[in-house]
Amino acid sequence: MTAGGCRVPAAFAVALLAGGCAVQEYDYAPFRAHQPRSILVLPPLSEATDVNAPYVFLSTVTRPVAEAGYYVFPVAVVDALMKENGLPTPGEMHQVSLGKLREVFGADAVLYVTVEEWGQRYRVLDSSTIVRAHASLVDTASGASIWDGLVHGVESSSAGQSDLIGMLIAALIEQVVDSLSDRTYGVSRSAIQQAVSDQRRGLLYGTRHPGYDGDLRGR
Amino acid sequence: MAPQRPVVTRRVVPLLIAAALAAGCGHQSLYRWGHYEDLLHAMWVEPGSADPVTQVARLREDVERAAAEGRGVPPGVWAHLGYLHWLQGNTDAAQEALVRERELFPESAVFVDGMLRRLGAS
Repeated sequence: MTAGGCRVPAAFAVALLAGGCAVQEYDYAPFRAHQPRSILVLPPLSEATDVNAPYVFLSTVTRPVAEAGYYVFPVAVVDALMKENGLPTPGEMHQVSLGKLREVFGADAVLYVTVEEWGQRYRVLDSSTIVRAHASLVDTASGASIWDGLVHGVESSSAGQSDLIGMLIAALIEQVVDSLSDRTYGVSRSAIQQAVSDQRRGLLYGTRHPGYDGDLRGR
Repeated sequence: MAPQRPVVTRRVVPLLIAAALAAGCGHQSLYRWGHYEDLLHAMWVEPGSADPVTQVARLREDVERAAAEGRGVPPGVWAHLGYLHWLQGNTDAAQEALVRERELFPESAVFVDGMLRRLGAS
């Protein structure tokens, strides 16, 4: 992705640069040493009160990881098979040894996720939707941790409203709409996409991505 | 104070920016995603809204469209279809779908072979 090839709004580009300068360069050496081709995503652990959080996350994680060039095991089938085999909760699934996961699924790496915060916050004049989770990718052969990332998305529903009556009306409308739809689904989707595709901190391209050979990060 | 903008603006603008970014920077997506994610979300979050029959119908439609458009079927979709057929007791269709997954994604071989063995045993 080049800055010349795409029209990134100036303010956004500046924010990216500022963000990039503040962060130390990420160490991709462990990733390169154990470059996975396939990734097994286990249902996340959750510290959030929203009971749907782990599964909303799980429904939005396949696409960004697959589009980054990896084989992603079918998340619902994996979840169902584990439940059928006496592992009813994500907590129990996370206890399964890497050796066993490698043997049963043939997975090169496992993505362990913990949801930290999830849901809609209502205030008088607006509401916001927050998703925050930590993801860690572990090589099943060596047990080495090869990547980790923070998935964080916030969507405020009052942006663009500047007068009080408008805000009040909008807040009322939002609450009606929110009761009918799950906003965390969209926010989760874009937050995971952002974390995975981040050029300085995201996943390296996998072997199925056309950019794999040209991805010099960590080489 | 700025004049109040219509509610729709703040939803459309991020979409336009996302579309511009996608068009300007991204390579074409590797797969045609169809209903897969929406079905996963529905089956978990709104129980009863995506029973196996509904899921099979939607996913079959997706894989046919992908074939017609010459696009890739995402990893996991054929295996998910195989599992649904298995739930429905349709062993032949389950087997066929699982084999498709393994053909498209050899990375799935250990997993698919395990599923096929279980199918044979059941």
